[in-house]
Amino acid sequence: MLHLALFSIFGAICVAGAVNLLIQRHPINSALSLIAVLASLAVEYLLLGAEFVAAVQVIVYAGAIMVLFVFTIMLLNAGEEERTRGSRVAIIFGIPGMLVGSIVVAWVLLRYSGTGSVPVGALPGPPITIAQLLFHDFLLPFEVTSVLILIAIMGAVVLASREETPPPAERGHI
Amino acid sequence: MVPLPYYLVLSGILFACGVTGFLIKRNIITIFMSIELMLNGVNLSFVAFAAHWHALSGQVFVFFVMVVAAAEAAVGLAIIIAVYRTRETLNVDQVNLLKL
Repeated sequence: MLHLALFSIFGAICVAGAVNLLIQRHPINSALSLIAVLASLAVEYLLLGAEFVAAVQVIVYAGAIMVLFVFTIMLLNAGEEERTRGSRVAIIFGIPGMLVGSIVVAWVLLRYSGTGSVPVGALPGPPITIAQLLFHDFLLPFEVTSVLILIAIMGAVVLASREETPPPAERGHI
Repeated sequence: MVPLPYYLVLSGILFACGVTGFLIKRNIITIFMSIELMLNGVNLSFVAFAAHWHALSGQVFVFFVMVVAAAEAAVGLAIIIAVYRTRETLNVDQVNLLKL
């Protein structure tokens, strides 16, 4: 019962944060509500017994990636988004579509996917077991992801750097 | 004991919110955050199925998704900075040309 209560509370926080992300006009408010979503998802992972995933969620997602987002928002001095014709059409068609889709998905899941329940801490994912899986069974995908992240680093550096350095006289204006 | 479909419904709601944000938001950074929301919805269903079927590989896949999300965030934010440098705007409606 306690587990269901915890699931409901943090699931409600999660959904409220996601909806708030859609409502807010300023990107920094959206970023903060996304951090709330990520933190409550970490609690859901803890309820599922995935302690290591929860820790990585907080450290990598709510820590590193969101810092990157907030840093970019502040670097670009992003203000409130303005409404345009395209966005109004998207609201008219997007929100009813989202509602209908969610209701259909929820109905199908609750109706047809059985009554299997997940006991809390059913599958303790200690780091040692995950490491054995990651470095033994999934060694090749792990190496491929390291190559991927190396390429991403190089791409980010190339994209964010200026194409050519201006002569020293003009450097003061930039 | 929390039924498995509850987790799946929560993950579906998060994914739907991400899709909606992708559709209705006009700020390119917020669109990016909606994509992160979708990835997190998928991650939740991965972990829920891992716990349901006693297979830890689901949790390993969450790490791969996180790596892809991190790489995507790094490259995407660099692209956003490059776009802002040439267009001086973050509104996707005004970014309608591949080349200036």
